[in-house]
Amino acid sequence: MVDVKTAPNASAASGTAKAAPGAALLEIRDLQAWYGESHVLHGINFDVRTGEVVTLLGRNGAGKTSTLKSIMGMIAKRTGSVRFDGQELIKMHSDKIARLGIAICPEERGIFSSLNVHENLMLPPTVRSGGLSVEQIFDLFPNLKERLSSSQGTKLSGGEQQMLAIARILRTGARFLMLDEPTEGLAPVIIQQIGRTIQRLKSEGFTILLVEQNFRFASTVADRFFIVEHGKVIDGFANSELQANMEKLHTYLGV
Amino acid sequence: MQALYAQLLVGLINGSFYALLSLGLAVIFGMLNIINFAHGALYMMGAFCAYFLLNIFGLNYWYALIIAPIVVGIFGMVLERTLLKQLAGLDHLYGLLLTFGIALIIQGVFQNYFGSSGLPYAIPPQLQGGMNLGFMFLPVYRGWVVVFSLVVCIATWYLIERTRLGAYLRAATENPNLVRAFGINVPRMITLTYGLGIGLAALAGVLSAPINQVRPLMGADLIIVVFAVVVIGGMGSIMGSIITGFALGVIEGLTKYFYPEASNTVVFVLMVLVLLVKPTGLTGRAT
Repeated sequence: MVDVKTAPNASAASGTAKAAPGAALLEIRDLQAWYGESHVLHGINFDVRTGEVVTLLGRNGAGKTSTLKSIMGMIAKRTGSVRFDGQELIKMHSDKIARLGIAICPEERGIFSSLNVHENLMLPPTVRSGGLSVEQIFDLFPNLKERLSSSQGTKLSGGEQQMLAIARILRTGARFLMLDEPTEGLAPVIIQQIGRTIQRLKSEGFTILLVEQNFRFASTVADRFFIVEHGKVIDGFANSELQANMEKLHTYLGV
Repeated sequence: MQALYAQLLVGLINGSFYALLSLGLAVIFGMLNIINFAHGALYMMGAFCAYFLLNIFGLNYWYALIIAPIVVGIFGMVLERTLLKQLAGLDHLYGLLLTFGIALIIQGVFQNYFGSSGLPYAIPPQLQGGMNLGFMFLPVYRGWVVVFSLVVCIATWYLIERTRLGAYLRAATENPNLVRAFGINVPRMITLTYGLGIGLAALAGVLSAPINQVRPLMGADLIIVVFAVVVIGGMGSIMGSIITGFALGVIEGLTKYFYPEASNTVVFVLMVLVLLVKPTGLTGRAT
């Protein structure tokens, strides 16, 4: 079973103080969630430390997206404990959670068709200082600058929509990003660009929780992996232990 | 020829009320997914609010133009918070039935106290009289109603289509969960939007009071036509509702001149034709 012990210096991450690098920024204990009557998460446990990229791996329907949505407060019925920077989120609404500095880039990107590209980019309000400026975003995603005058966000290509979806949450000042299958349906060259972006964000101090089915992509960016199966985290290991765990990955994911 | 221009003016005035009411309905349907059958009753409350302000508090028309939309808008927000909120996520039919029930209750209460006949509300002194335009006589108040309605409609369109707040509203229409996850208090925004839509209805009620008198059933007579306007314009389409509101008022006026027998049905005939050719309405988008 996965080791869910809090990182040694997690005690530093209490109250409103910023978690120190390496401390557990996000601690999830026995997280359970329901869509109506359907019980989808059955006790998720894992930590994400400040400054690292953690990837949730698992088959379709395993509960990866539901885990992200539960952390973000987008699933109403949930129990257990989700602590972010020492604060309990389990009873909070998603707008309050976002204002603590957590941002989500949802599966299928969530670009709004009734908004143009510029409106999509500027939609999320600034929740904290330190967000990227529009110039910094164009530096990160040069394609977006050219498409800014496009009439409709959903008229962009899949890759451009993905960049727009990531770019808009970088503006907000959130330092903890949750990216749900950012490479889904994208061309290899775009996937490489997304990978470089995640590396750069990590080097700039962002903490990232990634959901991926593309294991090869995840292995290029993640520090640690957790495997989700039937609404539970059933295993976890560091990137350095990847080779030793390939057999497990074959078993759980069929990769 | 004078009669034609007079009917055109009447059409434009009716079109102003159609536009203001259908705009409110479109805002509410677009953002909240509620078919607000109580809209006519709340329009009537706007007119009664103006009447009470004048006869009880001595506050004239100009105060009523500001106070009535706020008071009735707050009443609408209370309705949304206490009743309509319970229907979130359910089929449209539940909202329609609930708001229809609310309309019947409100109209019933006012009818109980004021009967069915109209109460007079005088045109404010500044807007009395008329102008001879050469080809027709234009009562000043009627000209004011058309111009003021147009300004309010365009301002509302600008708010929704061109401002950051409007972007939040449009995005929340598509995916309220995601908008909330961006840090925006969507439930509060929904309540305020409902209040805005109801405020527009109340404003139309105040504008209407000096022309049509103040009657408990004044909204019930109008609301069916207004729903036809919204359907023709496209459910949830802001500009569609404004243009269709004014255009149908004018078409109705022209029909009164050329073929009076059809003037009460022309809007519904057009609605059937539009639904046959373009079921989403003239400017509506398929969902």
